[in-house]
Amino acid sequence: MKYIDEYRDPAVVTALLKRIETTAQKISHTVTIMEICGSHTYAIGRFGIRKLLPDNIRLISGPGCPVCVTSARDVDIALYLAGIDNVIFATFGDMLRVPGTGGESLQKKRASGAYVRVVSSADECITLALANPQKEIIMMGIGFETTTPTIAAVVATCSKKDIKNFSVFSVHKIVPPAINALLADPLLNIDGFLCPGHVSTMIGAAAYQMIPDAGCAAVITGFEPADILEGIWILLQQIESGKKEVAIQYSRGVRPEGNTRAMNLLQSVFETTDAEWRGLGIIPVSGLTLQNDFASFDTLKRFDVPDIKSADISGCGCGDILRGIKLPNDCPLFKKICTPANPIGPCMVSSEGTCSTYYKYY
Amino acid sequence: MKYDKILLEHGNGGLLSHELISEYFLPRFKNPYLERLEDSAVLTIGNHKFCFTTDSYVISPVFFPGGNIGSLAVHGTVNDLSVCGGKPLYMSCGFILEEGFPFESLQTIIKTMSEAAAEANVKIVTGDTKVVARGAADGIFINTSGIGIVEYPGTLSVKNIRPDDVIIVNGTIGDHGAAVIRARENLSLSSDMLSDSAPLNGLIAEILKVSPNVHCMRDATRGGLGAILAEIAKSAQVFINVDEKSIPVQDNVLAICEILGFDPLFLANEGKMILFCPKSDADKILKTMHKHKYGRNAAVIGSVRKATQGRVVLKTSIGGERMIDLPTGELVPRIC
Repeated sequence: MKYIDEYRDPAVVTALLKRIETTAQKISHTVTIMEICGSHTYAIGRFGIRKLLPDNIRLISGPGCPVCVTSARDVDIALYLAGIDNVIFATFGDMLRVPGTGGESLQKKRASGAYVRVVSSADECITLALANPQKEIIMMGIGFETTTPTIAAVVATCSKKDIKNFSVFSVHKIVPPAINALLADPLLNIDGFLCPGHVSTMIGAAAYQMIPDAGCAAVITGFEPADILEGIWILLQQIESGKKEVAIQYSRGVRPEGNTRAMNLLQSVFETTDAEWRGLGIIPVSGLTLQNDFASFDTLKRFDVPDIKSADISGCGCGDILRGIKLPNDCPLFKKICTPANPIGPCMVSSEGTCSTYYKYY
Repeated sequence: MKYDKILLEHGNGGLLSHELISEYFLPRFKNPYLERLEDSAVLTIGNHKFCFTTDSYVISPVFFPGGNIGSLAVHGTVNDLSVCGGKPLYMSCGFILEEGFPFESLQTIIKTMSEAAAEANVKIVTGDTKVVARGAADGIFINTSGIGIVEYPGTLSVKNIRPDDVIIVNGTIGDHGAAVIRARENLSLSSDMLSDSAPLNGLIAEILKVSPNVHCMRDATRGGLGAILAEIAKSAQVFINVDEKSIPVQDNVLAICEILGFDPLFLANEGKMILFCPKSDADKILKTMHKHKYGRNAAVIGSVRKATQGRVVLKTSIGGERMIDLPTGELVPRIC
């Protein structure tokens, strides 16, 4: 398939592996590379990349799967909202199986009669709202800068069309503050970051300047095997030479300034707020909430949500795994009571979750 | 049991479906025929061996590019009998119709069913119709059963799989799943995408004619090639090696998978089977398959090794390795 095969060409892959090996040999210590984005975690597992790399390269996964970093509290609120009479709760499919505090999930809610609707695009909510004027449509707004502009567009459209039965439960997050939190974490010792390809399509390269400023290597990387290997090679070169910068490997998808039109749209509908990340705790100005002009589309302002006692499941290692401090195998629940069929933590649910990837592919 | 209610996922052919069968149905219905858990039960009556199968069809949308629920019902039943070495002879069909279902659609479905039965040379010899109130079904559901006579002298079973067997698939995988997803999601992609729904009894008869050494055959329907391989490895307690490059996949199927984040290995097929045979017979079987219209793209995709624990490992297109296991969750588009 054109535009895909080129990036999966065994000859290209072999050549890149050779370059990686040569450069890695010049570095005497073990190089720790974090892939921030869940799509990278998934691709590394799916193509079996880890085994092809030299021994002194260690890949760890970061907090870049939006489902995985959703806090137990936000999951519990979603479950409460989905249970309200007269509500159609629209969500991306990955959220369906994430367990809340008591083990309930949207999937189980649906089996008990809640109207939970899986959508593949937020704009399906407009059709739903128009077709069901007597019902309240709530969209679970989840995702990073890649997804959020599409939700912003739907809110803007509903506002323009005066659609009154639609609202967003926003648990949207932005990536750079999470990277700041990782850079400040004394337990982590990361030499380089594979920065997310599609988030960067939106936010551009300058958003990552704090990485080289902190002395770490950074490269915005695509999702095909050749992309990831070239990204790793670029990181190794930066580490070997000591010249740290934000490189763009994924130049076919990312402009240095990002997608200003999409970001303007996002910024015209949402504003930043503090947000709770699973594993990382509350990170200042890392979440997005609807601006006052769009308050009527804010689910949390439209519905009274009672105080819910939320708690992370005891023993679940998702928090440390999302920070890159532990690997799934270090979690006492992994593969024992936490499996894809019976996920205890969100990293086992999402196809891009670190635990699910490790369970499936290793 | 972790669930107090049936989830949609219990029907996906993956891990939860297996738990449902092994924890609920098997212990109560316990008998040696059922316990084999193959596509048909093989029964001996007098001096004759028969195979007997049943299946229900609840597909949405009822009409999809390349077929409809009626042709699917015939093909599915015929294939379940054929992979157990049976020559399909007779079928039943039960229709559950929802109040308000258009007669025009019903007529088209019946016509396609009769054409599919004629192509597969089976007769629909008994049937039943029920109508339920609007909302109690989704348009139309069809249940079938099928009977075939087993003339093949060997035994086809997962238990017969041997180390060094090679694995052959009869063509491109994921076509049916991709066609249905495309129709369901209403995706406007430029190229045609047709379901592979087809009767495989003709092809299988040709294969069994040239090789008396086929060890096992399975149709790779719900859960796709990946789920079938994982299931077989577990039940036969063997190590299965598969080479991603050798698995035939159409470009347009790959494309839809790339867009929506699916893996073609886990997309459903309705005209695909895999077979296990000794390496020495692989060439002549492949040659025979290539001559048949439902085996033109047949390929050897892997091999079997001895193991103490059932496992499937895929050699990826770039030379890496990954495991293949039973799928979990519903097929859902990815989030970003």
